Amino acid sequence: MDLMSRTSGQQLRPGERVKRLLGSRRTFVVLLVLVVLAVWLLALAQGVPGQRVLSLMVRGVMLGGILALGAIGLSLIFGVLRIPNFAHGDMMTSGAYLALLVLSLLPLGAPLGPFSFGYEFLVALVIAMPLVGLLGYGLDRLVFRRLRAQKSPSVIMAMAALGSAFLVRSLIYVFWGADFVFYYTGRPRPAFEIFAGIRVRPDQLFILGLAFAMIVLVYLLLERTKMGKAMRATADNPELARVTGIDTESVIRWTWLIGGALAGAGGVMYGLDAQLRPEMGWWLLLPLFAAVILGTIGNAYGALVGALVIGVVWQVSSAFLNPAYGPGVAFMVLILVLLFRPQGIFGRPGGP
Amino acid sequence: MSDVAFIKSLMLALPLAFLAGRMLPARLPLAVRLPVGLVVGWLVAVAVTLVVPAGLMAYLVSFAVVGSIYAVIALGLNVQWGYTGLFNIGIAAFFAVGAFTTALVTTTQPTGVAAGFTQQAFGLGAPFLVGVLAAGLAAGVLALVVGGPTLRLRDDYLAIATIGIAELVRLVFQNERWLANGPQPLRGIPQPLACLVRDSGCAWLPAPLASLFEPLASRDYTYVYMLITALFVIVTFLVLERAIRSPWGRLLRAVREEEDAAAMNGKDVARVKLQAFVVGAVIMGIGGALYAHYMVSIDYSHFDPLYATFLIWVMLMLGGSGNNRGAILGAFVIWGVWTGTAFVVDAIRPALAALSPELPARGPYLRLMFIAFVLLFILLFRPKGLIGEERFVSRHSEDRGR
Repeated sequence: MDLMSRTSGQQLRPGERVKRLLGSRRTFVVLLVLVVLAVWLLALAQGVPGQRVLSLMVRGVMLGGILALGAIGLSLIFGVLRIPNFAHGDMMTSGAYLALLVLSLLPLGAPLGPFSFGYEFLVALVIAMPLVGLLGYGLDRLVFRRLRAQKSPSVIMAMAALGSAFLVRSLIYVFWGADFVFYYTGRPRPAFEIFAGIRVRPDQLFILGLAFAMIVLVYLLLERTKMGKAMRATADNPELARVTGIDTESVIRWTWLIGGALAGAGGVMYGLDAQLRPEMGWWLLLPLFAAVILGTIGNAYGALVGALVIGVVWQVSSAFLNPAYGPGVAFMVLILVLLFRPQGIFGRPGGP
Repeated sequence: MSDVAFIKSLMLALPLAFLAGRMLPARLPLAVRLPVGLVVGWLVAVAVTLVVPAGLMAYLVSFAVVGSIYAVIALGLNVQWGYTGLFNIGIAAFFAVGAFTTALVTTTQPTGVAAGFTQQAFGLGAPFLVGVLAAGLAAGVLALVVGGPTLRLRDDYLAIATIGIAELVRLVFQNERWLANGPQPLRGIPQPLACLVRDSGCAWLPAPLASLFEPLASRDYTYVYMLITALFVIVTFLVLERAIRSPWGRLLRAVREEEDAAAMNGKDVARVKLQAFVVGAVIMGIGGALYAHYMVSIDYSHFDPLYATFLIWVMLMLGGSGNNRGAILGAFVIWGVWTGTAFVVDAIRPALAALSPELPARGPYLRLMFIAFVLLFILLFRPKGLIGEERFVSRHSEDRGR
């Protein structure tokens, strides 16, 4: 492989050779590190104190954890079904609002320790997750499975995903209205100094911990269970998986269930950190796709890496940029990936 | 028939005459179709003006204006998706860039007290057509920038990149006060040919014509603008019909159907895609310009993905992608459904209020839900839309068997 690329490299024009060099995995990783460093330096150069940049860094890792919960499912669905699931952001939103619904049915408990939420929030999270999984599976049964049976082209499926996104969002609008809400109104959410001047809210540390605990669970699921292995195999190469006797319909079912549940958890956590808005998932869609493509479509671990990079760059850049531009920063990273290494970090050359 | 009704019927006659002319069998020579179309069109226009009450008529004309603007944008999308298979879900970006470009080009930089309320990067005070041209140009350049790196890659990457550019454009127009007055609306976009309905009249117009327009009051401006948007739809339609039957049009479809085969025949696929993407975006930018001059005041919230992207997709999919007549039909039908459902929601307001006191205020979202169902229904049960794609693209092969 290496030999081949070297010999073909000699016949390339100089510009192409530079591009190929930049597109190799090692230089691409260096490029990403440079982007993160550049954002850091830009923040420091604007006179932002180092401690604030570090705090933003911690928050970026937390945001990356939230994004990863969405991105892992999105990447698996993209890999297994070959659908860019434009409804994934709105599935996250639906998770956040379903938790709100459960919360409104439960008695309000006292806050747990330093956190802003009580035990009932955990119950709401645990109930909302499988509900979003079922939502994803329901969409598949009602829409995507029929399209698969009709052998519809993948762009039609992508458009159906877009239609589903608007459908889910319209339901959220109808049931909860367009205004933003909080899980707990009127509770103070102060930030504490945890270490060397780094200030973080306890909720954010909770989100960070929970997100990574879930990621570890996903890792075990994908590595240790038969279904997880089948899922990875299908995401990697659906045709090959089918001929080796993997029941692809069952893999598809579990992909929607797990991807949906993770998206739901991500939505709940995002809602806890910021607030709940019907459009929040749509705004997250772009960073999610940036993370998925950065980490190679179909690769769950790549999605995690991509999400962390996007989360950190988004948060740290907010030190010197209007925070509203966060998704725009994610878009810039995406463009960089598309220009230099469209197959992502873990992709094979000549991939997409 | 009063003077006002007469001049209004004249203005309605042009689009109707074009419609009538297109309805006649294509076998007839133009020398027959043109006069027959004109006469029929004008007769229908007279009948409509006499029968329909003025209030309803004004509503229908403003409906036609917005329908035509959407039709222009749907025609642009048809070049990208219908003929070339490019999945652009960032229509809002090109729409918004077109609208804001013409706004900046045709307004003048505010001075004095007004400068405290309105900030804009520049204001050239140029005429309407210059604004429209600039709008098309700006949208085309944006398409070149987005399409360049993404069109070589897989299809879905373009879709994701276009979502990105639409979000970015919206964020810029929302947050950058200096560019186009930030989150505040940019006001005072001039209405073209507004002098026709003003008492002062148009100085450049010959006296006999000027006296013809004399009876119009400023509330009748919608009729003038309807004429302008109808002309844009007709010209765009004719140009695209011509282009699609040219070798270039066949190349687009070849790329859509069998990309590899087209490449093997020595066609530069990426280049063709980029051309189609830019042409479509230019048309969308022009549509944006038409929108801005109609609204007079625009802000970022007009270019929400729902109104500026999703509705247009449903229009094209319903009408029939790959068919310019379908794009126009779909635009009017879906705009009719969208505005019509507003009346339905109004009518069932008591029932909604009985279900939940908050529900009536959320009526628009019930309409969104309905439109989303419409799209899924089309995709599942009638993917080719109301009128499917036409079979023949070459005017030289039209008489050969089907």
